[in-house]
Amino acid sequence: MLTVLLILIPFIAGLIAFGLKGSGPKVLGMIASLASVATAIGTVCTLQADPKKLSFVTNWIPQLGSQFRVGLDGMGTMLCLLTAIAFLLVFITIYNRDIERPNSFYGLMLLSQAGLVGVFTAFDALQFYVFWELALIPVYFLCSMWGGEKRIPVTFKFFVYTFLGSLLMLVGIIYLYFQTPDHSFSWTSFTSLQLSMGDQKWLFWLFFVAFAIKMPVFPFHTWQPDTYEQSPTPVTMILSGVMVKMGLFGVLRWLVPVLPEGASMWTDVAIVLSIIGIIYASCIAMVQSDLKRLIAYSSIAHIGLMSAAIFAHNEQGTQGVLLQMFNHGINIIGLWIIVEVIQNRLGIKNMDQLGGMARKAPRMAIFLVIISLANIGLPLTNGFIGEFLMFSGLFQYNHWFMAFAGLGIILAAVYTLNMIQKVIFGEGNTLTDTTTDLQPGETVALSLVVIIIFVLGVYPQPMLDLVSKAF
Amino acid sequence: MNALISTALSGVFLMFVGLFVRNKQHIKFFAIAAIIISFIANLALYPTVQLGGYIQFGMIEVSKFSVLFNAVALGATLIYFLLSGSEFEKVGEHVGDYFALIFFILAGVSLASSFSNLLMLFLAIEIMSIPQYVLAGADRKSLKSNEASLKYFLMGSFSTGILLMGIALIYGAAGTFNITELGLGADPVHPLALCGIILMAFALAFKVSAVPFHFWTPDVYDGSPTVFTSFMATVVKAGGFVAFLRMFHVAFAGGAISHHWTLILSIITAATLILGNFSAVFQQSVKRMLAYSSIAQAGFMLFAVIAINQFATQGIVLYAAAYSLATIGVFAVLLKLKDYTFEGFNGLARKQPLLALATTIFLFSLAGIPVTAGFFAKYFVLSAAIQHGHLLWLVIVGVLCAAISVYYYFRVIMAMYFKQGDPEVEPVSGGFKAALVLTIILVLALGLFPNLLIGCL
Repeated sequence: MLTVLLILIPFIAGLIAFGLKGSGPKVLGMIASLASVATAIGTVCTLQADPKKLSFVTNWIPQLGSQFRVGLDGMGTMLCLLTAIAFLLVFITIYNRDIERPNSFYGLMLLSQAGLVGVFTAFDALQFYVFWELALIPVYFLCSMWGGEKRIPVTFKFFVYTFLGSLLMLVGIIYLYFQTPDHSFSWTSFTSLQLSMGDQKWLFWLFFVAFAIKMPVFPFHTWQPDTYEQSPTPVTMILSGVMVKMGLFGVLRWLVPVLPEGASMWTDVAIVLSIIGIIYASCIAMVQSDLKRLIAYSSIAHIGLMSAAIFAHNEQGTQGVLLQMFNHGINIIGLWIIVEVIQNRLGIKNMDQLGGMARKAPRMAIFLVIISLANIGLPLTNGFIGEFLMFSGLFQYNHWFMAFAGLGIILAAVYTLNMIQKVIFGEGNTLTDTTTDLQPGETVALSLVVIIIFVLGVYPQPMLDLVSKAF
Repeated sequence: MNALISTALSGVFLMFVGLFVRNKQHIKFFAIAAIIISFIANLALYPTVQLGGYIQFGMIEVSKFSVLFNAVALGATLIYFLLSGSEFEKVGEHVGDYFALIFFILAGVSLASSFSNLLMLFLAIEIMSIPQYVLAGADRKSLKSNEASLKYFLMGSFSTGILLMGIALIYGAAGTFNITELGLGADPVHPLALCGIILMAFALAFKVSAVPFHFWTPDVYDGSPTVFTSFMATVVKAGGFVAFLRMFHVAFAGGAISHHWTLILSIITAATLILGNFSAVFQQSVKRMLAYSSIAQAGFMLFAVIAINQFATQGIVLYAAAYSLATIGVFAVLLKLKDYTFEGFNGLARKQPLLALATTIFLFSLAGIPVTAGFFAKYFVLSAAIQHGHLLWLVIVGVLCAAISVYYYFRVIMAMYFKQGDPEVEPVSGGFKAALVLTIILVLALGLFPNLLIGCL
């Protein structure tokens, strides 16, 4: 039942939020996200004690053999926890901001949370598909209504891209459904399918394209930098912190177990695409002067590494990916919070116009340095262990791949340090002199991020134990 | 059978009502009462066919499928009356006649869903078409409306002629009009039968506006009074499809002959999908966009005609319901606006939040986004095609086109929510709002639990 609660809390709160006025929506958002975090922690405890309790099955469309089937394994629990924490961080950060039409904003945010949790808990393919789409729609409205100047065409491109991908996946799901002996959509029926090589060969692409667009993997990434740049920053946090994980999650839950031979047949192609993405995105990130675009490209590079490690098909690589999914989510949200603060104070996000922030906003500068370093995977921060495991997984598969992917790390250091230098050091200007340091809400959110960074950096074992619990 | 009788009688009744009742509001109430009675009369047959259908007079088959399809058509018409019934009086004086003509069309639709004889098919198509020619020209002072009527009449009669020729050739090959006894499946295929099937396929493709027989559609839909376009594009089109489906599923399925027409219909389907969607993208008027969107949606319904299986029969019923509800809803909102271009919708969300929300949900349904009826409609026809086994290329074309369709449907949503403007909206009554909410509930209910409808099949 806890699992259903995870979906229901944000869903119901979201619906109520539409009808509230004044500061009602943000208070409700805060309460709902706190309740979600508490429930998510509850699921973590239940998973240790009695994993069976987390499953819930009821009839949905009996004629089709589709059931409402939710459940949680280590990966799902970890992602639900990430989702809950991400939304809490977002809501804390923007608590004191003035948002136009707050009721719609918070309502849509909470609905997207419900959609995301639905994706991570679904064990029925049709239900997975429905939530996959549902998570997208509120985000579409959020970006188009509160975004930057070019928001409408950019968000629309994002929507059409992902919609096309998901339709292809739908074709794949229906095809698999007809192959199951009992005509069922359940995950266990799908994974116990014995498909011929010929089928797996092309089915792989129907699923892979859908997930690759979401992650995004080169060459399906073109929607991403524009969308991240144009979206309102709170939504960008959700997009890059949680939504891109849907793609990785899809590969891990629905692609590799269902089409194992297809996945191993196309491994090299998938890894090469991912590695091209890493290097390409890192190179572009180095020459970006827009802060949001820089982080967007760095995100493509990080996701590329995770996707490559998944297809390396070994224990270490997969564990690294699972760990990194959580840590990347936390770190990148930390970075976005700082971008949000800069934008809020100065109204700009171009690095060339920034500088000397360390003097005026020392606390923010410290946080930025710590989170940036965690983002490039410095030892003792949470980014390190995941990257280490992923590289070691890739190395076992093919050391050349590992070498090229490793270039990404070096490039990441280059553009991240460059960014730090431009933003917080150097000469200030008349604009940056007007900046003020963090407000209490922002400090709380960033402190939470930094605490997670250090705790999981020094002692990652609990998280490793959590994610390795298979269904 | 009940639906046929009750709708035909209602039609006659409303003609007299139009003569004796002066108040147009009262005529509308009579029409709504008549449609509700027909709906109930039709459903009253359901218990008798639950275990299996039967054929009456060798002409009409009463089955679960026909009862259910008639229920969908009558239910959609009820929604149509509730939403747009008041618009009739803006078209012209003879409101009673318009309602009567709609009931006659419904009689044709209920015949189309249940014919078991080629003669009945011909009658169904004619009964459906002739009142439409009149309705298309109902706005007598408008030149465009006159043009639409004449164009539709000329092209429609021509295609009816082709249909008749096809029927004659098939009679020549089979020696019977009874569709269950045609027995055309034998190998080698009888050349007369093949010609007959092709002619019939072309004529029916014309009626459902499939490419390349679609040229009349945009002009007729655009020229006709908008309130009648709404009905022609939905219930009537669904009626055409059900005739198409019955013909090919019952009479032409099985044996060597299916291979011949499967290819032809697949090509027609692919062309319909591609052309309908691409043309809709370039439209500037929402009304014309909906005309092309109806062509595009026809492409998806053709999936059900080609794939002969359980999913196809369930799919066509669900598709008819989902597509009709959503399109009637969008047209109802369109009728409240003065400006039919995309710009006319700018800023509607601020001014009329409920209208904007309803339009958004209907457009989601047309685009096939989950939790709306349109998703499961698309799901079923795609499943039917995938189960068929040899149509995977068509399915891929279909989903690519579905992604294109998002473009033009979402243009309306973007205009309503993300653009500034002050659209001129006619006053909206409480009854209209209630009907709109009812439609939204139906669309969402079918989107969450499609088994409410297909479970009865």
